Amino acid sequence: MPNPGLTPGSMFLSEYAMKSKYSIFSLLRNSLSYHQNWERKWRSPDPKPAYDVIIIGGGGHGLATAYYLARQHGITNVAVLEKSWLGGGNTGRNTTIVRSNYLLNESAAMYDHAIDLWENLSQELNYNVMFSPRGVLHLAHNVHDMQEIGRRGNSNYINDVDAEFITPDQIKTMVPIINLNCRYPVMGGVLQRRGGTARHDAVAWGYARAADSLGVDIIQNCEVTGFDIKKGVIKGVKTNRGVIKAGKVGVVTAGHSGVLADMAGMRLPIESTPLQAFVSEPLKPIIDIVVMSNTIHAYVSQSDKGELVFGGSSDPYVSYSQRGAFNQLEHVVGPLVELYPIFSRLRMMRQWGGTVDVTLDRSPIVSKSPVKNLFFNVGWGTGGFKATPGSGHVFAASLASGEMHPIAAPFSIDRHYTGALIDEAAAAAVAH
Amino acid sequence: MLLIQCPFCGERDLTEFSHGGEAHITRPANPDKISDEEWGDYIFFRTNPKGIQYERWIHSHGCRRWFNAVRDTVSDEFLGFYKSGEQPPKIKRRKVLRK
Repeated sequence: MPNPGLTPGSMFLSEYAMKSKYSIFSLLRNSLSYHQNWERKWRSPDPKPAYDVIIIGGGGHGLATAYYLARQHGITNVAVLEKSWLGGGNTGRNTTIVRSNYLLNESAAMYDHAIDLWENLSQELNYNVMFSPRGVLHLAHNVHDMQEIGRRGNSNYINDVDAEFITPDQIKTMVPIINLNCRYPVMGGVLQRRGGTARHDAVAWGYARAADSLGVDIIQNCEVTGFDIKKGVIKGVKTNRGVIKAGKVGVVTAGHSGVLADMAGMRLPIESTPLQAFVSEPLKPIIDIVVMSNTIHAYVSQSDKGELVFGGSSDPYVSYSQRGAFNQLEHVVGPLVELYPIFSRLRMMRQWGGTVDVTLDRSPIVSKSPVKNLFFNVGWGTGGFKATPGSGHVFAASLASGEMHPIAAPFSIDRHYTGALIDEAAAAAVAH
Repeated sequence: MLLIQCPFCGERDLTEFSHGGEAHITRPANPDKISDEEWGDYIFFRTNPKGIQYERWIHSHGCRRWFNAVRDTVSDEFLGFYKSGEQPPKIKRRKVLRK
């Protein structure tokens, strides 16, 4: 039995590898001690004076980056700095939907790369991220929608992303509670069977545990307050726990990218806006796929606990309040009740907001910056969760080599100067 | 929900308004003379402040007129409203609330 009573910072390098594997046997073994002696999933070390790579932001993307740096590139002298607790930002606030049926080639490459990694993630991390490829269905409610899903579905087909056109009758069979003849009748849909949901917290925890066991220092409650930049080269970061030197720095923040960029004397093509989601009381199984609708602005899925998870659109103004306006909730609830009349007596249990960094072309920025060895992986807007493994994977490769990974290269910040935008706004404005 | 003081109509509900983004961004005088970087900066890059923001609103479902506002983006509290073309009110730099 590993000793759970280790104090933070007291473990030595040799103990990294001693993290016991989760299995049915470890579950049985720990049941004998009433589950009181599970070891800590990650250490809580004090920051070292210097690291090869510092990742700013301990959400899914940052932790994934650290994990792949250690696992695939052998760079283990890495710190992840998190100003609050792990996965407490947008990683813990999203609606957990995973899909890759984006219109444009660059996006399809990025998100489909993520799906390839999602499929084996639980095995790779030895941590159940509860990836559930239950299928993601996009509804079409008018002629324009039908043309949009036709265009996007065929684009997906060319990019080897799975897409299937579905008739209203098939939709009724898959989602019996749906009201096809509502105010905006359902005319068809496009289904991605490889899409689905995953447990968002488990993604952060799984990556954190795996990265920690490879030697990555995960430092919580460590807020970056400035950069140490000399002659256009990053030398380290200033934090509330002192100055930490670094060879390379990757900014993987959500909701605060502009603040971090400001510290480096830059601006980003990003505006931060509130986005809300909410869940109902738990129900018996009622809907076993993810159903999204861009036109009526709502999407729904059912969590494994039975809660229905709803989301809508972001508020249109810059705000860091992590709080949205009530009228956005109304915009979601009205169409939901029209589409699923059975929801009318449902009670909502929780509602929350996050701050999303939205770029003006709705695609992320995975890029070098004018400061040498300072990299950005930000601006994932309203739909970064689904990309977590792919984003971390390509960003780690870029940090390791110093050159952007081919999948990440089109997402350079320079596209705002060259005009080579990746304009996904028209394709997936709501359903990111 | 936010209450917004339209300088022409008075205090109304957020739903009557549309947001117009950051205020006081000046269009470059000679677009054909400037570099791609300067043009890209004008079109796409924003201050996106955590704190005091000067911004534009239009009273879409009211008088249909544009005006400016000052808002703290951390608390969403409005600190002032003024008509287009007027000088922004002097706002004392406040300490940004930590979340």
